[in-house]
Amino acid sequence: MKPRDLLPLLLLLGALALTPLFASNLLLNFLVSALIIALGAQGWNLLGGYGGQLSFGHAALFGTGAYATAILQVKFGLNAWLAFACGIALAALAGWIIGYLSFRARLRGSYFALVTLAFAEVLRILANAADFTGGAAGLLIKLQPGLANFQFASRAGYLWAVLACILVVGLMTLWIDRGRFGAQLVAVRENEDAARALGVDVLATKLRAITLSGAITGAAGCLYAQNFLYLDASIAYGTWISVELLIAAIVGGLGTVLGPVIGALALHGLGEVTKGLLGWLTGIDLVLFGIILIAAVAFVPSGLVGALRRLRMRGAAR
Amino acid sequence: MYSPAIVAEAMVNGLMTGAAYALVALGLTLVYGVLHIVNFAHGALLTCAMFAVLGMEQGLGIGPYAAILPLGVLFFLLGYALQRYVIGPSSHGEDRNTLLVTLGISIVLENALLAAFRSDTRTLGGDMGFDVVELGPMLLSRPRLVGCAVALVVAALLWLLLARSDTGRAIRAVAKERFGAQVVGIDPRHIFAVTFGIGCACLAVAACLLLPTFYVNPRVGNAFVLVAFTIVVLGGMGSVVGALVGGLVIGVVESLGGLLLGESLGQLGIFLIFILVLLLRPTGLFGARA
Repeated sequence: MKPRDLLPLLLLLGALALTPLFASNLLLNFLVSALIIALGAQGWNLLGGYGGQLSFGHAALFGTGAYATAILQVKFGLNAWLAFACGIALAALAGWIIGYLSFRARLRGSYFALVTLAFAEVLRILANAADFTGGAAGLLIKLQPGLANFQFASRAGYLWAVLACILVVGLMTLWIDRGRFGAQLVAVRENEDAARALGVDVLATKLRAITLSGAITGAAGCLYAQNFLYLDASIAYGTWISVELLIAAIVGGLGTVLGPVIGALALHGLGEVTKGLLGWLTGIDLVLFGIILIAAVAFVPSGLVGALRRLRMRGAAR
Repeated sequence: MYSPAIVAEAMVNGLMTGAAYALVALGLTLVYGVLHIVNFAHGALLTCAMFAVLGMEQGLGIGPYAAILPLGVLFFLLGYALQRYVIGPSSHGEDRNTLLVTLGISIVLENALLAAFRSDTRTLGGDMGFDVVELGPMLLSRPRLVGCAVALVVAALLWLLLARSDTGRAIRAVAKERFGAQVVGIDPRHIFAVTFGIGCACLAVAACLLLPTFYVNPRVGNAFVLVAFTIVVLGGMGSVVGALVGGLVIGVVESLGGLLLGESLGQLGIFLIFILVLLLRPTGLFGARA
């Protein structure tokens, strides 16, 4: 890893960290929501972008992280920071279990997408029916601003917390991207049989990817719970979370370090603008997201990051 | 315990719902068998078809059974165009991309319907849905009985089409060996689009049969599509007989599960079957290969 590789990541996150100096609360709220999605999308990207395993049910991991933090605080009175750590660990465990079951059964492609979707739906129905998750009424975390409770009086605190997570994950992704594990993941994505023939332990590689992916996306879920202090099954385990993480990663650029962050910001920004212009048409922003997904797959398969890279190369050649 | 008459009625009702499920699943399994991708837009397309049935009735005064033919043709053309001009070209021949494009289409359709019709739940109205037929000790709903019969006829026609016609032969050829089919002069892009069109036509028929006893809202397709996935997985991806048998089995499971465990846990049973079949026997009960 050369220092130069770190530059784009540090510049982007640094600029975002300075926004509280001038931005309104409205903009900060927008940034926090967008960046939570960005963090979740970083998790999706590790498995889907680098590993080529398209999950349509990452809500299973997001929701597990979110519910774990909330339940541990509300029902067991655990400290918020400990609950955050437990949430990440449990989401990683959920990722490992889903991965172990489906990769052991050699599910890939459409089958893997389907089974992840089904896991998320099962968890949604269970969380909606069970008592200790608060059932259909959902869970409220008590408002107690203070660093010890992982709650901040100003939005800036949440913004910095999410940015810190994104930075850690970004550095980890960069390290994976340049390292042996990343090469193994890409080999599995491009051709599983060839990778196996070269001595890559395919099952172990995929399992490691989905466990890490679970931890990262789970962290996004935890931050969601801390930021909004409310959860219910259709938010935490909703199909929409799975879809938004996936679109953000694809639009930003699959298998790139910055892709998920740029994708989530662009997507969320577009969504807000559309809602502002055509708010009376419920769901119009989601229509746009769908069109963007199709257009991205059809015309810019390397995503925004790839497009930017190409522009820069063209500029350098001139 | 429940009396045998109630259990029998639940089973027969389940069989009849299952026939409609089977029709939805037939379209899905056919597309999978030929294109080797799961069509994630299937549910949203079903919702579209159900709104179309509603529109025919309320706008033009054409009842759901009379609408089977025109809507079947319309949705065939729609499906053909969708595959030929949207899904095919934008996926660059990669399965992964096809998967994502169909997901994108489903998001667009579902939310466009939401924007146009809001999330209100609508029904056909009239008293057609309450018509019953007495059969021994059981009271059976007439529209469901009709639906069941038509679904079986359509499945038989589809099987004939695949087994006997030239188009069917071409479809099977492309499904087995894409390149070989091309060598003998079949255009796979055309066959893919025809298959997708047939899948959509199945949905239109299913929508016509479902609507007399069912409601419609912009998200209704989701409920069906996961059931349809389960059926297809259970029956074996790409198998027509499998879809039919799988549909009937799932219909009965759902009906009995709902009776014994309550509505939402009955649905859970379907998902669990789905996951178990995928994990333990991904080729399904009738499928030939993974």
